[in-house]
Amino acid sequence: MTSPVKNLIEIKNLTHDYGSVRALDNVSLEIRENEFFALLGPSGCGKTTLLRILAGFETPLEGSVTLAGQDLISLPANKRPINLMFQSYALFPHMNVGQNVAYGLEREKLPKAEIKSRVEEVLKTVGLQDKVKARPSQLSGGQRQRVALARAIVKRPKLLLLDEPLSALDRKVRSEMQLELKRLQLEVGITFVVVTHDQEEAMSMADRIAVMVEGTVGQVDTPVDLYQRPATAYVGDFIGESNFFDGIIVPEGIKHASLGVLPGNRYGKDISGEAHLLIRPEDLRLAVSGEHSIPTMVQDVQFYGGASTLVLSIEGRSAPILMSQPGATSAQRGALVNLTWDPLKAIVLPRDSRRSAL
Amino acid sequence: MTSTIPTRVSRDSEKRRDLLERMVLQGPGLLFITIFMATPITLVAIYSIFQRGRFGGIVYKATTENFTRALDPVYLGVLTDSLKIAGITTILAIAIGYPTAYAIAKLPTKWRSIALVLVVMPFWTNFLIRTYSWIMLFNREGLLNHALLKFNIIHTPLDLLYTQSAVVVGLLYGYLPLMILPLYASIERLDPQLGEAAANLGATRTRAFFSLTLPLTASGLIAGSIFVFIPSLGNFIVPELLGGGKTVMVGNLIRDQFLKARDWPFGSVLALSVIALVFIFFMLQNAVEKRFSSDAHD
Amino acid sequence: MRMINTLRKVRPLQLILFCTFAFLYIPIIALMAMSFNGSHSPFILKGFSFRWYSVLIHDTRVIHGLINTLIVATGSTILSSILGTLLAVGLHRYTKSSALNAFALAPAIVPDIVLGIGLLALYALLSVSLGLYSVLLAHVVFSMAFVTAVVKARLAHTDKYLREASMDLGATRTATFMRITVPSLAPAILAGALLAFTLSLDEFVIAFFTNGPTTPTLPIVIYSMVRFGVTPEINALATLLMLVSFTAVIIAQRMTRPSEEQ
Repeated sequence: MTSPVKNLIEIKNLTHDYGSVRALDNVSLEIRENEFFALLGPSGCGKTTLLRILAGFETPLEGSVTLAGQDLISLPANKRPINLMFQSYALFPHMNVGQNVAYGLEREKLPKAEIKSRVEEVLKTVGLQDKVKARPSQLSGGQRQRVALARAIVKRPKLLLLDEPLSALDRKVRSEMQLELKRLQLEVGITFVVVTHDQEEAMSMADRIAVMVEGTVGQVDTPVDLYQRPATAYVGDFIGESNFFDGIIVPEGIKHASLGVLPGNRYGKDISGEAHLLIRPEDLRLAVSGEHSIPTMVQDVQFYGGASTLVLSIEGRSAPILMSQPGATSAQRGALVNLTWDPLKAIVLPRDSRRSAL
Repeated sequence: MTSTIPTRVSRDSEKRRDLLERMVLQGPGLLFITIFMATPITLVAIYSIFQRGRFGGIVYKATTENFTRALDPVYLGVLTDSLKIAGITTILAIAIGYPTAYAIAKLPTKWRSIALVLVVMPFWTNFLIRTYSWIMLFNREGLLNHALLKFNIIHTPLDLLYTQSAVVVGLLYGYLPLMILPLYASIERLDPQLGEAAANLGATRTRAFFSLTLPLTASGLIAGSIFVFIPSLGNFIVPELLGGGKTVMVGNLIRDQFLKARDWPFGSVLALSVIALVFIFFMLQNAVEKRFSSDAHD
Repeated sequence: MRMINTLRKVRPLQLILFCTFAFLYIPIIALMAMSFNGSHSPFILKGFSFRWYSVLIHDTRVIHGLINTLIVATGSTILSSILGTLLAVGLHRYTKSSALNAFALAPAIVPDIVLGIGLLALYALLSVSLGLYSVLLAHVVFSMAFVTAVVKARLAHTDKYLREASMDLGATRTATFMRITVPSLAPAILAGALLAFTLSLDEFVIAFFTNGPTTPTLPIVIYSMVRFGVTPEINALATLLMLVSFTAVIIAQRMTRPSEEQ
């Protein structure tokens, strides 16, 4: 028997401007208790504005935010049970690690002994117990981030916000930190909300992701569902690699201008008129004779990480088709091959003018 | 439905807190400056249109006679002399200061900070004492004449003191470090690769200097000029000590009107003329800066 | 050793450097040399003597002038550091307009003679009797501008999220200012305070107009000594002042070097 899912944060009809730009346009969202949530989108999509409103550094023009049922907006930032890990870490340069971490507890006027033990405990959790006396300037980027994390976690907030947590780290440290953050979230049992523009980060760490674009929420789903069942062409394009075809909606899929009917599944969506067909590279395969297929020519073959990617061109179309398969391929540059796919794996999506015409 | 009303309340209370913080931070300082700088200058401007009382006070009857009096050739001459002296001092400061700052910037790093400290240290001796030292040097029986006579370079002592040149030397000596430091700061910031790129493209060293180095160090030049010109213009110590009674600058006039003749309205007009000259100087510098910075960004 | 090697390849730039330093230091060296001259007139050399140093130390005018100067310098430094820092933080956070920023920095640009007579006029209008505090307040107004400039420059380079981080962790605005903003600005505040102190010590013109007749500051004492002809005491005073500044520089160097090496 699963315990009922409880919403920790409820965001309703949030609207806010940034200068003359509408940063958030009637955004509504729910974040559940104990989940690892991600706000994903390109710069300017509104994710940072939403983060700052949650943290208390901006008050929105309209809308409501509640935490466990209580109104959040009327609380100033320093009274909210929410903590933020800044993108630049914002460690206090004139204090050492221990003092930085203890700062938030001192603001709560806790007894010195309790502060000391909690600081030690959290530094052990992030693996920095022997750096108590070090100054931020003496630490590496990854260590500084862990101090910033520790400083936020030690207050046991109901919600932990992380602003682009991995962007400042180099690649190797980044993958280590991804695992670390996931482990930490489970261990301390706090709801995490990560803001990022990097889909790999979001997909690998989050339980659920909200894809945002131009101040609105495109889709909120688990990583798998976002990938396999994108609700809009924007989401489908943003997440992972994709091949898009434009056409008119028909019962079997879409009708392409030159390639005829391309089979696909619209998964119950109500679509009429112009539409897109989305196929992931790994869902394409070489056709055997007799199957419905589209003719292509191999432009390039790449082999990386144990898988082959074929770059194929179709007559009359400028954008190449990407097809991937595990292992090596016998296809060669210049060869003519026919491509086919399982109609259930191809997704029909409503027309989105933000997608460039193909 | 929505909590638009609570949101508006929160926004208002946040704005109120911001306003309070702003007043606490800016209020005391701005009030102080208003009382101790803006009000005094305003008083000076106001007094300029009134008349001197019989025993030195102010008679609050408006008149333009102070302004017309200032245009008298005697006073006008003093103003132009002051401009001339301050101007020459500034130009000399640039002529000496720029190569000096450049030379310091080219020193190995270790010697640079020592050189800078050496430039600044005379500055920490009292200004009056430093000016006085030139009396000792320039006097008819002074050290300079002593040395020149001794080595038979001249046969009769030179009259160096109590001339306009002596005043220029005194002002230059007093304010040269203030030209060198900002110049050094902007020269030091130059990217050495720019010079190499220019040489690579075939520019001679002089051409590179005038088209590249000079515009890019314009900000240091402007700052240094301000720090030398303004104190020189309003100075009365150096003209008094090194110029004797013969070289009078507007600073001496102002001081005399306020403390000896007790003609505050007329002194105020003279002070206003100094402010006006400073203002014009600033406008000129602004124009120069605009021209050079647009060139540098092209 | 390296100096000699460098001198071997004397180029025009280095010649200019040498000439400039000669210009700057010949008068000072002359002063210092003359301070040990036994005779009264600097134009007659008469053997080595500490005579003038003795006269200097026993000159009560000089001692009182020094004490007055120190009082004014200390007081104006404290006041201007506080006002200047508050103003710098306030301007940095809330003011983009160049007009207000220019107003805050204007006292540093106003010619000292204009400020001097203006303050005299103000004090006369308010029937304030002149003394040390009238000078002190006058010194605060222009010192403040320098503190503001130095602190503002530093603020431009500090992490602007430190304040938000502090509030996020539960601190009030006041606590944030006292425990985060000010400590992180400490080096700049100190530099500004040092500048204010130095400027006040040597300031003559404004003090001249705003001081009371019985409480002269040291520069005013020096002025009265210098005006009435050559006094060898001055040479001794100059030498001592140079010595004090030199010592201060050495101490400052020693204090900053160890932290650099760490």
